[in-house]
Amino acid sequence: MAAQRKKKKRADATGKKLEQQQKLVPIFIMGQRHLVPDSLTIQKAMEYAGYQLVRGCGCRGGICGACGTVFRLPDSYRVEVGLACQTVVKPNMYLAQIPFFPANKAVYDIEKLSPTGADVSKLYPEIFKCVGCNVCTKSCPMDIDVMEYMARAIRGDVAGVAELSFDCVMCGLCAARCPAELVQYNMAVLCRRLYARHIAPRAQHLAERVREIEKGKYERPLRALKSADIKDLKRLYKEREIEPEMAEEDWTPESNDYL
Amino acid sequence: MPYTPELKKLMKVVEKTRPARVQRKKKGLEFSAIPVDDRQKILKKYHPDFKSGNRRKIRVGPSKGYSISHEVVDLLEAHSRVDPKKIDLSRVAYETDVLVIGGGGAGASAALLAQESGAGVLLATKLRMGDANTMMAEGGIQAATKRGKDSPYYHYLDVIGGGHFSNDPKLVSTLVLEAPKVMGWLEKMGTMFSKFPDGTLKTMHGGGTSRKRMHYAGEITGAEIMRTLRDEVKNRPENIKIIEFSPAVELVLTNKGQCAGAILYNLETEEYFVVHAKATVLATGGSGRLHMQGYMTTNHYGATGDGLILGYRAGVKLRFLHSVQYHPTGAVFPEQAEGLLITEKFRGAGANLVNVDGEQFVYEREPRDVEAAAVIRECSPDRGKGVPTPTGKFGVWLDSPMIELLQGPGTVKREFPGKCILFRRYEIDISKEPMLVHPTLHYQNGGLEIDESCQTSVPGLFVAGEVSGGVHGENRLMGNSLLDVTVFGRIAGENAARYSRAKSPRGKPTLEHVIRYNRELEKAGVKTDRIAPMLLPDYSNPEVRKRQLTTQYQGTLR
Ligand SMILES: Cc1cc2nc3c(=O)[nH]c(=O)nc-3n(C[C@H](O)[C@H](O)[C@H](O)COP(=O)(O)OP(=O)(O)OC[C@H]3O[C@@H](n4cnc5c(N)ncnc54)[C@H](O)[C@@H]3O)c2cc1C
Ligand code: SF4
Ligand code: SF4
Ligand code: FES
Repeated sequence: MAAQRKKKKRADATGKKLEQQQKLVPIFIMGQRHLVPDSLTIQKAMEYAGYQLVRGCGCRGGICGACGTVFRLPDSYRVEVGLACQTVVKPNMYLAQIPFFPANKAVYDIEKLSPTGADVSKLYPEIFKCVGCNVCTKSCPMDIDVMEYMARAIRGDVAGVAELSFDCVMCGLCAARCPAELVQYNMAVLCRRLYARHIAPRAQHLAERVREIEKGKYERPLRALKSADIKDLKRLYKEREIEPEMAEEDWTPESNDYL
Repeated sequence: MPYTPELKKLMKVVEKTRPARVQRKKKGLEFSAIPVDDRQKILKKYHPDFKSGNRRKIRVGPSKGYSISHEVVDLLEAHSRVDPKKIDLSRVAYETDVLVIGGGGAGASAALLAQESGAGVLLATKLRMGDANTMMAEGGIQAATKRGKDSPYYHYLDVIGGGHFSNDPKLVSTLVLEAPKVMGWLEKMGTMFSKFPDGTLKTMHGGGTSRKRMHYAGEITGAEIMRTLRDEVKNRPENIKIIEFSPAVELVLTNKGQCAGAILYNLETEEYFVVHAKATVLATGGSGRLHMQGYMTTNHYGATGDGLILGYRAGVKLRFLHSVQYHPTGAVFPEQAEGLLITEKFRGAGANLVNVDGEQFVYEREPRDVEAAAVIRECSPDRGKGVPTPTGKFGVWLDSPMIELLQGPGTVKREFPGKCILFRRYEIDISKEPMLVHPTLHYQNGGLEIDESCQTSVPGLFVAGEVSGGVHGENRLMGNSLLDVTVFGRIAGENAARYSRAKSPRGKPTLEHVIRYNRELEKAGVKTDRIAPMLLPDYSNPEVRKRQLTTQYQGTLR
């Protein structure tokens, strides 16, 4: 109960603090007018206005892509888009969330594909319908050059798509606005996987290490650690050699034991 | 909001001491680490876990008498969301071999492995598939893949030393041995890890590592892993069915004590559905959104500790839940970014933590709890060297511009593009200006008790990921959690599939355990109108709430 009271007090205190310090501005959530502190993100403003978010809210930190939102500012006919958790409210903005977009996703076995334009376009033949309008790029909250990666996909440059689309949070805002009804981000995840699976060289050291483990190389040393008493463990822990921060990739420790 | 004039003035002090600090770093001179034997001292004095009055004993259930934070006990001692007597368990909405609860890294890995082991899978999750803490991990994933300088042996020592030697040795051993295999699995699935041109995986240090063992995918390692896992889960629609916005609110047991599925709650239609499963994997993640001690958090919206409640009511014990991880560096400025994680990689790349006088006060690679305690100490009245923020809080500087001086101009933008974009929105250029940080609630170190096959004390119930406890002991090191969720998620999935095929006789489904639990609450004299699991935190405005005066629901209209 005490905790509850404390929490409430805290919430009230934040409420008061916000009101004292900050200017309230009107915004229109799906047409309804609400007064909210001008420093809030759209997401927090909706909560401030009394909404309990169910859809349209995930990480609250700009990485999950759950909170795509469309809005319009007064005196403009333009429809703008952004992530609700990252966009600060503006006076008199009209907004609505698009928490779900019925996007097409191809189903495939990554092992059976090759990293070529041919295979990408077999799964997403519609990419050729791109009209080059650049609306996707203008919509992207992650500043990704979406049209360019679409162009690379059309050219069959899988590695290029992978690289350019790397920061995509799959919010769907590009697809929501695309006049050609393309699903840029699902095509992009395919290319990233194709690139990492079939183009980037495999890590040899990793494969070798897995073989060593499968052969049981570390069974015995680990058994010893598992049954060691705390005093010995503490000593081993303290004595372990630390790779210096600025060491190069080829650094090796003085002791080869247990490697 | 850019830095205020007051803060800009304080920043000058940092700039003044910067060149000397950069020189020291260049020479490999590190601030001396807190000796292992003194760690407990600073923790006891400054870490939030040890603050008196913040814990109390649980009065009911399998870990009765165990003392943990009020916020969790409040929920453990709450009522079920449904009246167990009203649910007709013979009206089954879904039948499946394996039910996976939770659509994060652990849940996705479990679903994939269960499917590969021949089981039909139903994956139920609270928000969208992939809306999870896994998506938010930035720093990296540990695994001893570098031959010639590292091995599972040293990984083991780091894990157990970081956990103050309290970890479950069997779980640690499984973690470090499976680690390279999981890396191989992720690589093969097409996860874009950062590599050298010859394919060698790039690695770096994290807090408490003795070798550079943290693999990463740019600065969005968790997102890259989650995007890949999610895509793969969705590539198997015949065998893995996904139900979103449908959290589990109770497990179903049989009269023989086996787990037989769960009750799902459709967040939109507000209906409850019975799922019958031959085996169940609980992978609901952490609990940062409970805001222990009023701390801000880095966690996603759905991190409300639901799985702890479900598992506990079904009879699974808790462990290591008395220790909560506070990430040493969460943003405290600007207010809109509060709680947001500033990855350890900044420190790994060379940034010092400095106080209001521009002095470095702690080694940058202490285990997280020690590092966090050191920041809290600096901001405490004992030292009084915190930097005051406009909202009346205190923080310390994370001196990111050092990175540019150490590794060349442009490094910050190249290595941390996401954070650069974010702070640019607030007109702060983190390659030139330091960030203001303070510890933030980050990770649930403990959870439900499992063995190394993810089996719990309830037959047919497997648990994996952040909701479990033991592998990290009292303190998890960075990069070992993405590893934990993939390693144990896979194991849970595989074993759940195996269990679902076993011909052992199964009992009749019942919610008797919930009825018993409620009775126990009553007997213990617990009086509360709280219900659990919480499902979602309530951030609505208290002023608005005062006007929400519905006394009784009419249908579903609120
Ligand atoms: C900001 C941040 C940065 C991090 N950085 C790192 C890092 O660099 N390295 C590292 O190793 N670790 C890191 N971690 C920790 C790590 O990401 C998590 O501990 C880990 O991903 C948890 O995985 P999980 O699958 O157990 O849980 P989650 O990924 O959180 O998934 C849990 C899922 O269960 C769902 N769920 C919850 N309740 C219910 C319910 N009742 N019914 C159905 N579904 C439910 C959730 O919606 C979610 O989809 C970080 C964490 C955060 C928050
Ligand atoms: S590319 Fe499309 S889906 Fe990806 S972040 Fe940009 S707008 Fe969102
Ligand atoms: S919005 Fe669609 S049509 Fe326009 S450039 Fe982008 S992908 Fe092409
Ligand atoms: S809530 Fe995840 S991106 Fe906004």
